[in-house]
Amino acid sequence: MAILVYVENIEGKFKKSAFEVVSYAKAIAQEQSTSVTALSIGNVADEELNKLAAFGASKIVKVDQEQLKQFINKAYAAVIAEAASKEQAHIIVLSNSFSGKGLAPRLAAKLEAGLADGAMELPTFSGNDLQVKKTAFSNKAFATEVITADKKVIAVNPNSHEPVRSEETPVIETLSPSVDAGDLNLVVKDIVRATDKISLPEAEIVVSAGRGMKGPENWAMIEELAEVLGAATACSKPVSDAGWRPHSEHVGQTGIVVSPNLYIAIGISGAIQHLAGVSSSKTIVVINKDPEAPFFKVADYGIVGDALEIVPKLTAAIQAHKAN
Amino acid sequence: MRILVCISHVPDTTSKITFNSDHTEFNQSGVQFIINPYDEIALARAVELTEGTDGSITVINVGDASTEPTIRKALAVGATDAVRIDAAPRDAWFVAKQIAHYASEQSFDLILTGRESIDYNGSQVAALVGELLNIPSVSIVKKFDIQDREITIEREIEGGKEVLSTQLPVVLGTAEGVAEPKIPNMRGIMSARTKSLQVVPAVDVPVLSSISKYESPAPRGQVAMVDEVEQLVNLLHTKAKVL
Repeated sequence: MAILVYVENIEGKFKKSAFEVVSYAKAIAQEQSTSVTALSIGNVADEELNKLAAFGASKIVKVDQEQLKQFINKAYAAVIAEAASKEQAHIIVLSNSFSGKGLAPRLAAKLEAGLADGAMELPTFSGNDLQVKKTAFSNKAFATEVITADKKVIAVNPNSHEPVRSEETPVIETLSPSVDAGDLNLVVKDIVRATDKISLPEAEIVVSAGRGMKGPENWAMIEELAEVLGAATACSKPVSDAGWRPHSEHVGQTGIVVSPNLYIAIGISGAIQHLAGVSSSKTIVVINKDPEAPFFKVADYGIVGDALEIVPKLTAAIQAHKAN
Repeated sequence: MRILVCISHVPDTTSKITFNSDHTEFNQSGVQFIINPYDEIALARAVELTEGTDGSITVINVGDASTEPTIRKALAVGATDAVRIDAAPRDAWFVAKQIAHYASEQSFDLILTGRESIDYNGSQVAALVGELLNIPSVSIVKKFDIQDREITIEREIEGGKEVLSTQLPVVLGTAEGVAEPKIPNMRGIMSARTKSLQVVPAVDVPVLSSISKYESPAPRGQVAMVDEVEQLVNLLHTKAKVL
């Protein structure tokens, strides 16, 4: 009756979200007086797998088959379901990452499990039911989802549960699942990943800019600020619509919803749709030349002024701060 | 090619979200409803794919009669016909079961949904329908092209993109980049009135989960306006502790 947690890796290395979900599962396991079994699919060295034990996984199941090297949600859902059955796990935790969003529902449908996606807090239990707070209306509200089904899948929002250390002595086992060739009818042809870029949904600091930047030629200063901060870059919808920045950087109700520790909004007025996507950021800084910009109403700190003048000064000030 | 486009009837993006007094239900009064923006992208791509061919687009919505203006708008944009599964949509699982049940009795080459709905942010329907129909599904699709029956798909991954290929049929959850939403023209609006909108009873679906209550985000404190960037950096370091 262990809690099963599926951990994603990128080219054999675990992302921060992997440690977040293991810690999340460990907290549930403590509440339920059970243990955590982590499932890793792909080519991950034992040394890397052992890192999961530091966050509470006492058993690590690895699946390292050539045909499962690439992420295929249909096949991965089948493997996780098989591991859940072997572990007699009724609660399965994974990350609500881009891949998780395509995986968790397939897994839930396969198991006829209740699915809480976008979970932002630890669940509570009453009898066999589990309740968990999740995002709704693009963070304009939250909902409490009650899972009454026997099997439960929780997809945890990145950045919503800090990894907590909880040393375990790990046991690593290998699982050779029975993957049907029919499950592999999707073929991954290419992966293009900017390895120097910080992933937006997982970033702890996000530097985001809007039309106040006046044109794409001025984005170098945004990138410089982001680099000094170790931040991901983002933009408002009008900016991605105008083609100044790629859609993948668009943050807001119809873009990516983020909840970093620090969100710096530069030259963004703060339309309701944009605010919806960033409102769960822990600290919000707004830089805008319009003192009446609606964004100031939800900001923690604000500076009124021209972004093109303030951003280089801010970059220099942060550099000076870091040098001390 | 026969395409099924799943559309959701959601509050307009500018809506203020409020609840009834015991916070168990979303307050719909005064709220304008629209086609879910991501579903509009899916529909626009379906129109592009079928234009000038003998292909067809069926739009499907799970909803009561109040969703019919939203369905008519989809017909005005270019769908061939429409199906309304006559039930209040309980959750993504319920909706996906209805869609999968309907689709299993037809032979669609392509099933499109938006990447997520902007009300419950589930991102679930595409993958649920894929699993229920035992066909591939890809979520957060940024681009796709079809050659004969081979489909090449770009999906968003953290910090990049992944290119996949498969054979039709497939279910895709579409995101920005797939197509530009289309605005219905007068001819479309007129012809939508006479297009078929079939109403189908819902099938029974077991309840696996439900929403017990809603809450609004806690109001943020007053903004602290600062004049100098050095002062801001100092506050972020000492007070907010984020630097």
